[in-house]
Amino acid sequence: MAVKKEAHHKYRVVGTRPIRPDGIEKVTGRALYGADYYFPGMLFGKILRSPYAHARIKSIKFDKALKLPGVRAIVTADDLPEADRKPQQMGEQQVSPYYLSCNVLARGKVLYDGHPVAAVAATSPHIAEEALRLIEVDYEPLEPVMTADEAMKPGAPILIDDLRNQEEGPDQPTNVATHLQFKRGDLAAGFDAADCVIEREFRTATVHQGYIEPHASVGIWNPDGHATVYTCTQGSFTVRTLATKVLGMPEGNLKVVPSEIGGGFGGKTTIYCEPIALLLAKKTGHPVKVTMSRSEVLRATGPTSGIHERVKIGVTKEGRITAAQVWMAYEAGAFPGSPMAPGAMTVITSYDIPNLLIDGYDVVVNRPKTCAYRAPGATAAAFGVETVLDELAEQIGIDPLDLRIMNGAHEGTQQPFGPVFKRIGFIETCEALKASEHYNSKLTGANRGRGVAAGFWFNAGFQSSASVYVNQDGTASVVTGSVDIGGSRASMAMIAAEVLGLPIDEVRPVVADTDSIGYTDVTAGSRVTFATGMAVYNAAQDVVRQLKERAAKMWECTPDDVEFDNGVLRTRGDVLQPQQLTLKELAARFIRTGGPVVGRASVSTGGAGAGPAFAAICVDVEVDPDTGKVQILRVTIAQDVGTAIHPSYVEGQLQGGTAQGIGWALNEEYVYDSKGVLRNTGLLDYRMPTCLDLPAIETILVEVPNPTHPLGVRGVGEVSIVPPPAAIANAIYRATGVRMRELPMSPPRLMKALQEHRNSREGQAAAGR
Amino acid sequence: MKNIQVRVNGHPVAREIPDHRLLVDFLRYDLGLTGTKEGCSVGVCGACTVLLNGQPVSSCLALAVMADGGEVTTIEGLAEGDRLHPLQQAFIDYGGFQCGVCTPGQIMASKALLDANPHPTPAQIKEWMMGNLCRCTGYYKIIEAIQAAAAEKTEP
Repeated sequence: MAVKKEAHHKYRVVGTRPIRPDGIEKVTGRALYGADYYFPGMLFGKILRSPYAHARIKSIKFDKALKLPGVRAIVTADDLPEADRKPQQMGEQQVSPYYLSCNVLARGKVLYDGHPVAAVAATSPHIAEEALRLIEVDYEPLEPVMTADEAMKPGAPILIDDLRNQEEGPDQPTNVATHLQFKRGDLAAGFDAADCVIEREFRTATVHQGYIEPHASVGIWNPDGHATVYTCTQGSFTVRTLATKVLGMPEGNLKVVPSEIGGGFGGKTTIYCEPIALLLAKKTGHPVKVTMSRSEVLRATGPTSGIHERVKIGVTKEGRITAAQVWMAYEAGAFPGSPMAPGAMTVITSYDIPNLLIDGYDVVVNRPKTCAYRAPGATAAAFGVETVLDELAEQIGIDPLDLRIMNGAHEGTQQPFGPVFKRIGFIETCEALKASEHYNSKLTGANRGRGVAAGFWFNAGFQSSASVYVNQDGTASVVTGSVDIGGSRASMAMIAAEVLGLPIDEVRPVVADTDSIGYTDVTAGSRVTFATGMAVYNAAQDVVRQLKERAAKMWECTPDDVEFDNGVLRTRGDVLQPQQLTLKELAARFIRTGGPVVGRASVSTGGAGAGPAFAAICVDVEVDPDTGKVQILRVTIAQDVGTAIHPSYVEGQLQGGTAQGIGWALNEEYVYDSKGVLRNTGLLDYRMPTCLDLPAIETILVEVPNPTHPLGVRGVGEVSIVPPPAAIANAIYRATGVRMRELPMSPPRLMKALQEHRNSREGQAAAGR
Repeated sequence: MKNIQVRVNGHPVAREIPDHRLLVDFLRYDLGLTGTKEGCSVGVCGACTVLLNGQPVSSCLALAVMADGGEVTTIEGLAEGDRLHPLQQAFIDYGGFQCGVCTPGQIMASKALLDANPHPTPAQIKEWMMGNLCRCTGYYKIIEAIQAAAAEKTEP
């Protein structure tokens, strides 16, 4: 794989490719994931779920179920306190504890197929399942509202009785939770100045993150009100905040122990099983494990929004974008909180455009409450804009990458929502792709086409804590609160090893529970190597400061007279008698120089995220004209990755995101029937890419260091998912002459479009005769 | 209930189990071998792949009684003492996983492949491994790891 500018001569460990410290556990089956915990006396919890998309709960009777031998407890929303309705900042998200609680266990109404209604704890999972069948729920079915379009129509059935928005006012029940708008310049004048204006409409489907590990949690409740939950999550502190709010207990009374996590991609940044396992544990006095099946995961955990999008862009014949207008409605699922805002903040931010209007709507529908999914909101939004740009480039006859480069955002460009970009690498990324062997190769053969597209994601920052302990033998432990979802233990160890001058295998990275490290936000937003990495860097520097103090004491000088380089402490030769001590030698003397050395740091990056990230992708496809199946022949992704701490794992992020983007583009979608019941609740019908669907994804790492990080780290995890759907649509157009404006571009949908295209061509030919 | 006798990772095991006990539950719940993962429960994702009498099976679809008198190999039985199997080493060396939850299944499926065909072409590897989903890697590094193990390459 190509790596551009990958020579970090100034670093010893950063930029190398050591094997990961948790590798052995993961190839031997020793690593414990959420469902792998067993405790003495443990009971098994199962969840009763709504068969209706929209219904009022008239009554729940569970006497019969309680009488089944082996059943120990049953809980419903009545066992939860009525939570606060006012939205609160919880970790990285604005959440209404009330809505969160209603999503954990339905209160009064069910709002989607699969909505939890009750939960049972029993001595075996089979008994618990049998007990579910004995619970009698009396529902009054209501008309389901499945799309944003339906939900926004006047007179549409209302999902949440007290939902209001500012525009419609306090007296108007609505399904629209929020309308967000960004404006700049004079839109009409901008379009007037254009030589070519194109306006199109797009739709994307609800898609799931598709992590291979279903959610699982074990709750343990002590009689003194202290509790522990073992759970697979991207954010142990987030679980602590959210679960204690829902359960109405003090935050400090809950310890969250993060298990190894079998994928998340944003989907494990909220709570589902955790409060239920804890509630059942409280009621039974036993540890209770709740494990979801795949169908529960698909029906009732947060996928990402399907959207409806309208895009209008104008360009001059030279290729300068003069104005752009984007309108988007995001399906939030059953409760407010789609990724509409980040969608609106990223949709056209890669470009420097004088006149803009962006409108976004967050709309509730009878689908599961959405959750974050890799660059939340950005992929669906970019689909429309990046397709229209392709059409415009064709219309005015310029290379589609040149159009992007010509209008590309750069240092100093103001983003539509206000902030001005610092040093970014969008133009460099597009140029790297344009210069690639792939883009310059010839694609031949019938039904084949090549497409390009670009994407933007701002990356998160937030808060992180880290401790670095130096052991008596001179090795070190690095403790953080960041769950390791894809190799961050390696990057944390590498950063500490770099600062301390230790070999990488003498630094042991540890992921701690919420009682054992300072507050740390979720593993999400591409933030861990950036923000937690910064905390580790600072904690290691704190160690260095203390080492210098110790040496100064021994050498009877001041710490300023001591230098630390590559694991060796020295007196500054210009001032003093030369003295020298290695970290290892000093560590052996900790006991006599003031005790163990503990480095600590915490960071809050405030508004500054992990540095804006950009990706551009080139895709070759072949379309089977008889079936509508699209085969991906070749893919190359270029991405601005800042300093690549571990280049192999950075490549892995690019490849993984691209693969998910390809699945989103071609096959994945939620299929609901007319009653709002999900019809594809398994991985047979929710079709994710297999190895046969993907070529080797080629990567180009463009290393533009991030000025806000001491090592130049930029978030790398997410943006790669953004460009594939549009790039594939553009490639399909080159292959077939058909513009696809709906996702997924699955065989039936593409077949229909191809047929319509043929019919219209035949019609035109007949008219011409 | 039924008494079954199975050799699991080379060791004889005798248990009384319900007739309907799935092989994955027998391994994870009865024997505590949680290295085998359950991802989809319908035999599509491959996370629960184990070897039954040398053949790869989805243990979420197989009944434990089917293993009676037979031999089961799981991810826990692959290393010899503290020596990793070449496939295990290759998955680490080549970064053949990110989250690692599909890895036991990937390794067991690829072991069955190399047992049947020690020198597969990349196309043969893909054909064989299409029943093992990975959501993190995009597969490239998995294929690379299997190729390396087949070629007995030790360094990337």
